[in-house]
Amino acid sequence: MSFISNLTSKRSGNSNSAKQTKKQSQKGFKPVSQKKWAFGFLVAAALVYIFFQYIVPHTPQGFQSVIQNWLPPSSVNEALVWVIAALGLNIVVGYAGLLDLGFVAFWAIGGYCAGWFMSDFFYQVKVHFLSESQNAIPGIHLSFWAVLLIGALVCAFFGLIIGAPTLRLKSDYLAIVTLGFGEIIPQVFTNGQDIDGFNISNGTKGIAPVDSIGIFGKRLGPFDLDYKYLIYVFIAVVMVYISLRLRGGRLGRAWLAIREDELAASMMGVPLMRSKLSAYAVGAFSGGLAGVAYATHVDGIFASRFNFSISIILLAMVVLGGMGNVWGVILGALIIAWVNSTGLSALGNTINSNLHTNIDFPSYTYLLFGGVLILMMLFRREGLLPEARLKRIMHETDKAEDNEQPHEFISEEEDL
Amino acid sequence: MAGITYKQRQLRRRYIERSLGTITAAGIAFWLIINFIKSPSQFFEVSFTGLSNGILYALIALGYTLVYGIIELINFAHGDLFMLGTLFAAQVVTVWFKQTHSTPEGWALLVVALFAGMAFCGSINMGIERFAYRRLRRAPKLAPLITAVGMSFILQFVGLQWNGSGQKEWPSVLPQGALKIGTVHLPYTTIISFLVTIPILIALSYVVTRTKQGKAMRATAQDQDASRLMGINVNRTISFTFALGGALAGAAGLLFEQTSGLTEYNLGYQLGLIAFTSAVMGGIGNLQGAVLGAIIIGMTQALNDGLPIGLGQQWSNTVVFSILILLMVFKPTGLLGKPLTEKV
Repeated sequence: MSFISNLTSKRSGNSNSAKQTKKQSQKGFKPVSQKKWAFGFLVAAALVYIFFQYIVPHTPQGFQSVIQNWLPPSSVNEALVWVIAALGLNIVVGYAGLLDLGFVAFWAIGGYCAGWFMSDFFYQVKVHFLSESQNAIPGIHLSFWAVLLIGALVCAFFGLIIGAPTLRLKSDYLAIVTLGFGEIIPQVFTNGQDIDGFNISNGTKGIAPVDSIGIFGKRLGPFDLDYKYLIYVFIAVVMVYISLRLRGGRLGRAWLAIREDELAASMMGVPLMRSKLSAYAVGAFSGGLAGVAYATHVDGIFASRFNFSISIILLAMVVLGGMGNVWGVILGALIIAWVNSTGLSALGNTINSNLHTNIDFPSYTYLLFGGVLILMMLFRREGLLPEARLKRIMHETDKAEDNEQPHEFISEEEDL
Repeated sequence: MAGITYKQRQLRRRYIERSLGTITAAGIAFWLIINFIKSPSQFFEVSFTGLSNGILYALIALGYTLVYGIIELINFAHGDLFMLGTLFAAQVVTVWFKQTHSTPEGWALLVVALFAGMAFCGSINMGIERFAYRRLRRAPKLAPLITAVGMSFILQFVGLQWNGSGQKEWPSVLPQGALKIGTVHLPYTTIISFLVTIPILIALSYVVTRTKQGKAMRATAQDQDASRLMGINVNRTISFTFALGGALAGAAGLLFEQTSGLTEYNLGYQLGLIAFTSAVMGGIGNLQGAVLGAIIIGMTQALNDGLPIGLGQQWSNTVVFSILILLMVFKPTGLLGKPLTEKV
């Protein structure tokens, strides 16, 4: 933000009209108080924890079963995994404006990193590193935190490999190439049980079980959802921190400039390739985090889960919440992940049992996500919690179409 | 690196591209020759299947290329429109008119179903354009693209409700059996799909190059504002283009349903991607290019799936998308496309 204020302060010494523009630009680009939102996010996370940990066990049985149907703790955890991935996609789509339709590739690579390094998949060797499992078990068993980092870095590396040759392309071509990668990488894992004699993924059987998370010398059991919740919140907070810090910095401003006008940005000296590649790598990094987290959440890796719809659901999350605004993306991800995992089927069960109908509600997900994407694009392009800057850009052209005379022109005349 | 000028770098780049291209081409030729020597009759059969698949892809790819040529939008929903075409064909031929065998009535019905399917898909495509894309014509480029993805999901939902979540098999009214030339078997169904497709392609080329409407389309593709000034009704021209693309998808849907006998709700996604790859391969926006690219992709796929020495069917998509990615990296304009400077 200091960039803009520097510019405007230099200009303001000249004339009255410049002061006017300064006032206007500050009104338009006023940075939203991120501290308030961050505080709110942490409070909400703490409240959810307290609610499940201390309040729900003391409530009557009826209320507990309602919670079990409508908001089971595992759905909260799953939603957090989606939040982590959506934050990564937000950097690619929301900040840098590169449409990535193959984000599932990174999710899958991250997941398989967890499968390789946290299970007895490589039973030929015995490698243990900071893991809480017994030393006698064959396979590579690394600490969850190490795998998290490895998965994220491997994904970032793949992001660079995929991005380097393709980011020269125009936006819609880029979308198609990422889509191609999103198809190829899951197919490699699906057919991976015999690549020239090597087994890299167990094919359709998948890799299960994955080691549970170890923390403070203790291994989490399958029912320690509360610890998992805290760990996922922690990863999400790290991603939020990374996103916000990057956005405010030089790189983030370069991304926004590219998003708004690539040609103009390159004329102003923004290094296009380097900025785009870093957006891609950071996004992939977060996809890797989400992949590892997801593997520990479902306790296994199954090739059939990595399909195109994951990429689209993530895109719908980013679009619904508000491209470029971290808090909006979190909101969108929580809503859509909840609807997808529990909300829709719970609603279906309630309606079907009360009205004695037999509608298959989960099959409506296609309609739901398609509808969300289209309606948001038609009526509220900037998302539920818009970023002020993006909102102006998204509706710039509408104004020019709706009114014969542009606004700016009229107001200037009045000033004179 | 400091001493190398821009021109030298360009030359070196071109040299690397050329040599890589030559090596790839030589490798492919070698692979084909080995397969041909191993079993010539299988080679011919597979190539024929590839050719007829390719011409089916061409029908879909033309829809992508027409739309992209005129409003620079990748119409993600187009593949799903084709899927609705297959469902519609099955509905008309098998469910409504209960034709299950190859009879003269069945053939007559097939012609009716062909035109009905073309009208059906054409009008859906026009409706999509009217409802969604037209409002977003001046919006930032990401907006219509995301809308198209959403539209694709909605069409898949329609397909899911119509067809159910599994694969369905349908009887064909086309004559079964195969034409035997020596040891090579050419199925009648593929021959018929040729006989149907080629007149459609000729008709399309006539419409685009010889009629007034086609001239309007080409003008709108070049410059919307200028053609509006010349008195062309741009909205109607774009609608017409969508209808034309949809009609081709409808025809492809009928042919696919009758030749393979299968319908599935997510068929459009797979075939749509392949068809789009073909359109890009030929140079998007170029009609002949789309047909050429589709035939190359169809052949590649069939040769990979069907030849004795090949990666096999489970790698089919990987092969196609690898081709797409390599092409995008080394020749983004496609085989017949012209390099475009960005409009500012």
